[in-house]
Amino acid sequence: MYDSGKIIPGLIIFVLFVTFPVWYNHGDAGAVPKPEMPKNAKKCVLPVAQMRAEHMQLLLDWRDEVLRQGEWGFITIDGKPFQRSLQNACLKCHTSKKKFCDKCHIYAAVNPYCWDCHFARVKK
Amino acid sequence: MDKKRREFLKIAGISTLAGLGGTAVIDRLATGASPARARAAYEINSLSPAGQPKEKGPAKAAAKTSQRLGLVIDMRKFNANPGLAEKCIKTCDFLHNIPHFNNKKDEVKWVWLTGYENAFQEHSHYYRNETLEKNQVLLLCNQCDDPPCVRACPTKATFKAKNGIVAQDYHRCIGCRFCMAACPYGSRSFNWRDPRGGLDMKHINPEYPTRMRGVVEKCTMCVERVGIGKLPACVEATGDTKAMIFGDLNDANSEIRKFLKENYTIQRKPSLGTHPSVFYIV
Ligand code: SF4
Ligand code: SF4
Ligand code: SF4
Repeated sequence: MYDSGKIIPGLIIFVLFVTFPVWYNHGDAGAVPKPEMPKNAKKCVLPVAQMRAEHMQLLLDWRDEVLRQGEWGFITIDGKPFQRSLQNACLKCHTSKKKFCDKCHIYAAVNPYCWDCHFARVKK
Repeated sequence: MDKKRREFLKIAGISTLAGLGGTAVIDRLATGASPARARAAYEINSLSPAGQPKEKGPAKAAAKTSQRLGLVIDMRKFNANPGLAEKCIKTCDFLHNIPHFNNKKDEVKWVWLTGYENAFQEHSHYYRNETLEKNQVLLLCNQCDDPPCVRACPTKATFKAKNGIVAQDYHRCIGCRFCMAACPYGSRSFNWRDPRGGLDMKHINPEYPTRMRGVVEKCTMCVERVGIGKLPACVEATGDTKAMIFGDLNDANSEIRKFLKENYTIQRKPSLGTHPSVFYIV
């Protein structure tokens, strides 16, 4: 091979560079985030596993039902009334966006644009 | 070989033509209307669930709704209660997290005061009486029954809800400002800047979102309150002064209809045909 003295070290450097995230973290994906659960509520509007996987779809459905179809009323889940609202339902139990929402969003490197307008109460 | 290819091309060409033109021809034959008209008839029914057209009618911007929520604003009562209008404005500003930049260009307003000559340009201004000279008029979105803003909006971000309220869906707004050009009343404001810069984030209403830069907003007749059976906040703020009367204009027995029957009221720019749902006694 011509120039093997340059190509082989070059390849090695390239492979090391591309796999940097893997070996830098010792092949470990990092600690799984532990969002803080609300203290004063036991049950969510859906089972945990479903919320974890589908909360974004639920929020979009709520948005369309409420805003577009005008169903502003409450829904009842296990005898507890809920508004279909991010700020007036989710964030009423999950009072800290930092300790709940952001935990996973940062871990998964997602940046939902919900927060462009919706916000969690700022502590006075 | 050559002959086969020619035949293939012929068949392909004919089927393409049939595919492109066929449905249009069939539609036209079936409805007897031109395609543009037929489409417009579908577009007016944007509110029915799953996009199913509710009724077909002549092309018109917004379908008639069973309810038509409206207001009477009795300026005699406001004039008799100095500070009441400001209280309404403050209530709305706080509840809806309306930013203030202290700068006319970036102003966002849902409800505001202005002189009679600006509010009622179509009415006579010569030798106005003292009341009109001295007092300002409370203005907000007219929740028009035939709203030009809805007709202009390319994304249906502004649309007529089932109760007749001209609602605003910020999720869809692309900030083209067609609606602002279309609204003859200046009821709409554009967020030139991030509205959070004009708000004290520690003292805002946590139950209502802010907006983002680049969307248009306006008075929504408190669609979020009306939806759960409350009065619009400004109406509530007037207490029992009866300075504002809220109700369904389509219900002949409602308080607002009774009031309209017994009193002479005016609307803003009625000749434009927008059919404002806000009536005034000046
Ligand atoms: S600015 Fe927003 S609401 Fe207005 S016409 Fe454009 S998309 Fe519609
Ligand atoms: S007053 Fe303007 S913004 Fe309000 S419904 Fe009429 S046209 Fe639309
Ligand atoms: S009806 Fe609601 S949104 Fe409109 S001006 Fe009054 S308080 Fe504001």
